[in-house]
Amino acid sequence: MRRWTIWLPFALFAGFFMLAAAGLLWPSDSAIESKMVGKDLPEFDLPAAVADRPALAKADFVQGRPQLLNVFASWCVPCIAEAPYLQELANRGVVINGVAIRDKREDVTAFLARNGNPYARIGADDISKVQFEIGSSGVPETFVIDGQGKIVHQHIGEIRREDVGAILQKLQEAAS
Amino acid sequence: MIAESGLALLWIAAALAMLQLVAGSFALTKNGAELAGAVRPVAIVQGLLVGISFLVLVWLFIRTDLSVKLVVSNSHSLKPLIYKIAGAWGNHEGSMLLWVTIMGMAGGVVALLERRLPERTMIATLAAQAFVSLGFYAFLLFSSNPFERITPSAPEGQGLNPLLQDPGLAFHPPTLYIGYVGLSIAFSFAVGALITRDVGPVFARAMRPWVTGAWIFLTLGITAGSWWAYYELGWGGWWFWDPVENASLMPWLAATALLHSVSVLATRNALRAWTIMLAVVAFSMSMIGTFLVRSGILTSVHAFAVDPERGSFILALLAIYIGGAMALFGLRASTVTEGAKFKLFSREGSLVMNNVLLVGILGIVLIGTLYPLLTEAMGTKVSVGPPYFNPVGAVFVFPMLVIMAAGPLMRWRSDNGAKIGNVMAIPALVSAVALLLVVLMAGDIGLLPTLGLTIAAGLAVASFMPLWKRNLRRTPLHIYGMVLAHFGIAVGLAGMASESAFNTEKLVASEIGGSHPVGPWTITLEQVKPIAGPNWTALEGRLIAQYGDNNTATVITPQARMFTSPPTETSEAALLTRWNGQLYAVLGEEASDGRWQLRLWWKPFVPLIWYGGILVALGGLLAMTGRTVRDLKIRNHPEAPDFAHEPPQPETVPAKQGVPA
Repeated sequence: MRRWTIWLPFALFAGFFMLAAAGLLWPSDSAIESKMVGKDLPEFDLPAAVADRPALAKADFVQGRPQLLNVFASWCVPCIAEAPYLQELANRGVVINGVAIRDKREDVTAFLARNGNPYARIGADDISKVQFEIGSSGVPETFVIDGQGKIVHQHIGEIRREDVGAILQKLQEAAS
Repeated sequence: MIAESGLALLWIAAALAMLQLVAGSFALTKNGAELAGAVRPVAIVQGLLVGISFLVLVWLFIRTDLSVKLVVSNSHSLKPLIYKIAGAWGNHEGSMLLWVTIMGMAGGVVALLERRLPERTMIATLAAQAFVSLGFYAFLLFSSNPFERITPSAPEGQGLNPLLQDPGLAFHPPTLYIGYVGLSIAFSFAVGALITRDVGPVFARAMRPWVTGAWIFLTLGITAGSWWAYYELGWGGWWFWDPVENASLMPWLAATALLHSVSVLATRNALRAWTIMLAVVAFSMSMIGTFLVRSGILTSVHAFAVDPERGSFILALLAIYIGGAMALFGLRASTVTEGAKFKLFSREGSLVMNNVLLVGILGIVLIGTLYPLLTEAMGTKVSVGPPYFNPVGAVFVFPMLVIMAAGPLMRWRSDNGAKIGNVMAIPALVSAVALLLVVLMAGDIGLLPTLGLTIAAGLAVASFMPLWKRNLRRTPLHIYGMVLAHFGIAVGLAGMASESAFNTEKLVASEIGGSHPVGPWTITLEQVKPIAGPNWTALEGRLIAQYGDNNTATVITPQARMFTSPPTETSEAALLTRWNGQLYAVLGEEASDGRWQLRLWWKPFVPLIWYGGILVALGGLLAMTGRTVRDLKIRNHPEAPDFAHEPPQPETVPAKQGVPA
């Protein structure tokens, strides 16, 4: 066994330690400005992800009214955690359009049956194409889109109870 | 007074652990030899005292002593007795006390029973064990005192998380904990052996029962946890790749690798440094798992009382123990020679390959679990799920299963490829037939399920091949253990593959009297009525389940339960098990038009997953019993030559007998 390979476990552990310490010292801050904020949504036209909701295209966001674009997946655990708050937003009259990432139709259907369906439209993004084009790298993420199809805000990670107010405010600002 | 005496016992036990560490360390120096005699008794008394301290806490929960803070926040006078007892460890402080209790008592048992190891290594091991325990004593005493009082006493307790009020879960955490902490003993043995540079077959034999025991408990704990998630969460799945689940899977993977490499070390005196490293890694995974779960730095569906301060404490312990052990390994490993040589195509070779693949799977799970943490440090939040774990893991799992089928048939040192090829022809044929049947009867069910069913069939047959042409009465018990455990893996794999291939799911809004087909079943919703339990009320659906054209109908009763303290709703799925699968029904909410939401699944052969887990654990138990009985016999006949520990060496088996030991 070579000398350096003996130290490999120690080095790996040191890496883990620094990562974990960073995670503890600087708890995550979900207010990260994305490069796509302030830009127009790219052109896209996704097929419907479930039977009972229509498909989703860029044109659906250019209706004069601010809407939310929520990137989610049935296999994503934080998406379960944010489901009640999306529902709350929907109950307050917010239009939420979903993009289901790398998912199967029956899985999405089951997910929505379990966790509620706050979406007006759901597009299926099977190869994460639209996800990457709008500047999202993970699930869940939520974008505030103004009535002209421009991204005005990006929320990374699950929407928690305390985020609902901020998102409503962003929607209001986008409307005025 | 009872609570105070528990706390006092805990302090005394901690002081004894300190004494054990100091006396043990001095005993290893030139001048301290006279202290050597103190280490074992101190370890035994320490284990006893911490054990009594834990019983005191359980007693406080049984009496529902509402002047103790922990009891107030986690129990309730109306709770059934069994859950009052389980409440003692169903929370952070109590579970940490359980942790040090098992650790202290295991150390005591080692001190009492282990007589094979050289005395110096034994003392170094007990000192290392005391050092690890001390960190957890400090954690308990300084930041998580389970015996803290409140004044004035509360009028009533606040209850226990109702999801935990379930017989499965009452015993799931302690089972896992015994597994985690059992690995701490393996860790201490490894550190002790590194300190005295004494790594060899004797060390491996001393460590092996602890590794096997811990591994049995981990297997049972994971199986029970998966079963609990399956029927209690009401999501119809059995594994979610959630960080908390991964936290229990990772130590299991490391322990599985360790279990096999320790056998190579015990039998062939090879893989010395690798075995030591695995022992350190296995316990690291237990601690990293605990850290990830308790610190709350990862999002998980499992709601734990999360506290960054406690997270920092565990991380500091991790740095001291795991960082320390890995640094010690770096300094000492080059003085631990690699041991006996062997060819790649041999029993050892197959075990090494399996070890490497297991560590590969461990790496995949670890990366997937930590990846969200890494990206978060760089500013993006992501969730990693089955689209990563399943295909990437499969790349390692399937080759590992193939080696697992062939490895036990090989001889030690070196073997002949053509002979193994001949023997493996039977399982290969079975696999081919299974593949043909699956493709013909089920069609396209996806690559992974198809491969899973194919390999499961071959592995099921191959796992019994080591018994072929053997004198079954003279075959040692641990061989039967291996056969059973490997067969259990095949059984579990068949269940997993079948669940993902043949699952049928139905979501309906049903009026009373409505009938719904799901798979071969017809389900009729007869009525929904309120019922009351000891500390909950529920809406219970009465469903009539009819299989095929069969006239006998069975009643199943899924419930939506409401607990009063604290107010929480849980769903109790109704399960109906037939020989060929399981019907799974969940009662949802009532819609405004009076129809009820029903979720129905037909899951062919899904119970095989858990039967497989139980078989694996039973196999481990057989192997451990067999080895222990053998060791005891040898201890009673010390004049027996050393190689009597071993199964008959394959070199002595005539070649035409085919399958070696």
